[in-house]
Amino acid sequence: MSTDPMRIFDRRLVRLRRERAAATVGRVFPVLDAAAERLLDRLDDTTHRFSRALDLGGRGVVAPRLRARGIGFVVSMDLSGSMAALSGRPAVAGDEEWLPFAPESFDLVVANLSLHWVNDLPGALVQIRRCLRPDGLFLASLPGLRTLGPLREALAAVEAELRGGVSPRVSPFPELRDMAGLLQRAGFALPVADVEDLPVAYRTPVALLQDLRDAGEANAVLARDSRVPPRALLPLALTRLAEGAGPDGIAPGLQLLTVTGWAPHESQSKPARPGSAGVRLADALGVEERSAGEKAGR
Amino acid sequence: MSDETPKSAPAGGEVDPGLLEILVCPVTKGPLRYDRARGELVSEQARLAYPIRDGIPVMLPDEARQLEG
Repeated sequence: MSTDPMRIFDRRLVRLRRERAAATVGRVFPVLDAAAERLLDRLDDTTHRFSRALDLGGRGVVAPRLRARGIGFVVSMDLSGSMAALSGRPAVAGDEEWLPFAPESFDLVVANLSLHWVNDLPGALVQIRRCLRPDGLFLASLPGLRTLGPLREALAAVEAELRGGVSPRVSPFPELRDMAGLLQRAGFALPVADVEDLPVAYRTPVALLQDLRDAGEANAVLARDSRVPPRALLPLALTRLAEGAGPDGIAPGLQLLTVTGWAPHESQSKPARPGSAGVRLADALGVEERSAGEKAGR
Repeated sequence: MSDETPKSAPAGGEVDPGLLEILVCPVTKGPLRYDRARGELVSEQARLAYPIRDGIPVMLPDEARQLEG
């Protein structure tokens, strides 16, 4: 186990999980595809035409949609080569923390639910920005902080009762505010981050866990407890989860963060330099100008 | 150089030429040399050779072969 505080996830394990999940991820295509569709709808909000796209961790659902939108050159990258191959060719096995692309290779980078296992998210974002051409778009969705909240709470509560301690069994997810700040720090212009809840429900808790495994999303937190968990942990937690189910079933809490940022370009709107105004604000508003010390209405 | 059989399919499978143009070494971000005979992308700066499997370049430092010397 690593003691480096910057390393939260076991990337080797993430890769292994994705390698295995390449054979089963088809079973969760409906969920991934719904997320991809929502994400790529954002492309309709811009008049830009894109011609060279990078699909990060699209698991076979993103690249076909990009090609259907008329984007001629779409490269798919995944930690697992078999997973990348699901998107067709060209495909690359690569790590978001070590992007293997020359500067300004793409005018669009899309990451559909694939950046939440990255340790060095600020570093990955800087590398993504560098491989974009000026005025290129970065479009990503990530599970938000509240994702799998009910599962996290049920596991923690039962484990605390059984063992008097809690180990992380559900990956930590970023918060909306974090993402907007990170994009800005990475040098993206006009960063936007928003959040929505995906309306998904499961009939049984076991079906939820099976989907997570099929998608290659089982726990890869480095600090996970390597001891065998108490045998009663999972059944008790799942019972508790089922007790909290609504009329439609168990809502796993899929909170989707969507972020967009542009590689800087001179055509983009920017705040004007202070003191560069050519017109008085008072004139524009048609009011009498008062000095800052004077209170209105006196 | 080592291209004795340029007509036959390269080792590791055919790689998209557009992809080859934009790939760099993930460690140094420096240029790569395509070794068709071995099916590898070689980063002289990092002394690493990245394998190509089934037409998919594997650009992972811990999967790469260390160059001797």
